[in-house]
Amino acid sequence: MTIASLLSTPSELTDTASSKCPIVLMTRIRLARNLAGRSFPGWSQEAQRAEVLEVCREALAGTAPMKRSVKAAVSELTDLQKQILVERHLISRELSGSKDGAGVVINKDQTVSVMINEEDHLRIQVLRAGFQLKKAWSVINALDSELEERLDYAYSSKLGYLTACPTNLGTGMRASAMMHLPALVISGQMEKVVRAVNQLGMVVRGLFGEGSDASGSIFQISNQTTLGESEEEIIKRLGSVLESIIEHELNARAKLIETDAPKLHDKIGRAYGILQNSHLLTSTEAMNLLSLLRLGIDLNVFPEDCRTIIDRLFIEAQPGHIQNAVQHDLESVQRDVLRADKLRTEFATFAKPTFTINGQN
Amino acid sequence: MASPLKCDLCSNQATVHLTQIVNNKVHKVDLCESCAQAKGVTDPSGFSLADLLLKASLNPDNTSAGVRCEQCGFTQNDFKKHGRFGCPHCYETFSSLVEPMLDNMHKGTAHTGKVPQKSLERKTLHDRLGELESSLDDAVKTERFEDAARFRDEIQQLKQAFEQQPKSAR
Repeated sequence: MTIASLLSTPSELTDTASSKCPIVLMTRIRLARNLAGRSFPGWSQEAQRAEVLEVCREALAGTAPMKRSVKAAVSELTDLQKQILVERHLISRELSGSKDGAGVVINKDQTVSVMINEEDHLRIQVLRAGFQLKKAWSVINALDSELEERLDYAYSSKLGYLTACPTNLGTGMRASAMMHLPALVISGQMEKVVRAVNQLGMVVRGLFGEGSDASGSIFQISNQTTLGESEEEIIKRLGSVLESIIEHELNARAKLIETDAPKLHDKIGRAYGILQNSHLLTSTEAMNLLSLLRLGIDLNVFPEDCRTIIDRLFIEAQPGHIQNAVQHDLESVQRDVLRADKLRTEFATFAKPTFTINGQN
Repeated sequence: MASPLKCDLCSNQATVHLTQIVNNKVHKVDLCESCAQAKGVTDPSGFSLADLLLKASLNPDNTSAGVRCEQCGFTQNDFKKHGRFGCPHCYETFSSLVEPMLDNMHKGTAHTGKVPQKSLERKTLHDRLGELESSLDDAVKTERFEDAARFRDEIQQLKQAFEQQPKSAR
């Protein structure tokens, strides 16, 4: 299997069968690991990085979850392929811009990806649609243990797993959830939530991590600290923060419907109209419109089985995915035309909205 | 008012107070006028004060800023530039730099999570083998053949145990 064929198959996120959770779109856990006695990627020579890449790939090839996987060196990938992998959250922006010796191994269903020679020798990631922190942890924990049978990790009994950046010391774990929080955004409460979440030692970021915007009202919430708590404790704490954000979002939705249902229905109805009829759509606008339709599904304006279409389009409306469909370079305006075309086609057969009196059930 | 501070070098009243921050630690120096003069702190040109501060900040710093990680050649300045370390061993080399940082950065300062059990077992085994092999050499050299035989058997046993482990890294 090649990267090209991997990219043409649906990912866990674009898979039509998996995502079912109204507010948590996806759960991700990543572990930072390094090999003992070797310089971190940012401080090592090309030859050393090449060696690490080889050693890690070989170790990965022997693990059960990566039996059927695709491996690629970053230098072999086209810019477009890298962008698509970023849009699917399978590699980071940093890796896509990194030096020689960087690589990635991705399993067949695109739920596990391992970046090699990013900031650390290994960045192992497990991704699951919906709210599945525990499941994701058990998968990544098992893979990590398998790898550890084959690789000597840099580890100290006091500081835990040793990482290039001291902010990742200890567990080396970042657990995160991608949350869809339209009502908190519409009602202007997001800032308050961000502050409260920060105080609990968690971080809120946009869809594509640090520095990205929160188009589509999608946010990533993850643990900030990695040392001084066990993995289970971090996951438990994150889980309860997520639960409480879910509760706030649900309350905000109830409040919006109670106080101003016509305004909310108008937003959803207009979004539907634009998606069916527009001829130019930027990815940000598309994200925002899709976000409103997803909210519509949660409010029973659209049937539940439409959710998978929306979640797939969240990914497929991204610039790299639009470009990939035509296989040649596009100006961003041409992409906006193609994006609108694609969405018009998708929404021509989409269920009609039904707005009930109180908008709920 | 608090009682007047005494000079750090003699016991006269201190009138010159220097504060500097080195390695995130505040160092305070209190000197009397004559000691300060002797050290050049009160030179009216003002240049020597800057000099002293510079030297003072370089001197204690020299012990750490000049240190290179013996494994990868990384220095403290490199860390200031990159915000990342050079290799795992840097955490030992620069422990005096790392430790004060952790408090603000993390929930705790000691790891309580997953332990790479297999890695550690391998390491223990490896270290033990090394010890035994040098003991064996010693025993052979000093013609303590009974001891040598014992070490040899033990090495054999350990190696068997080692091979039963899944394919190891090295």
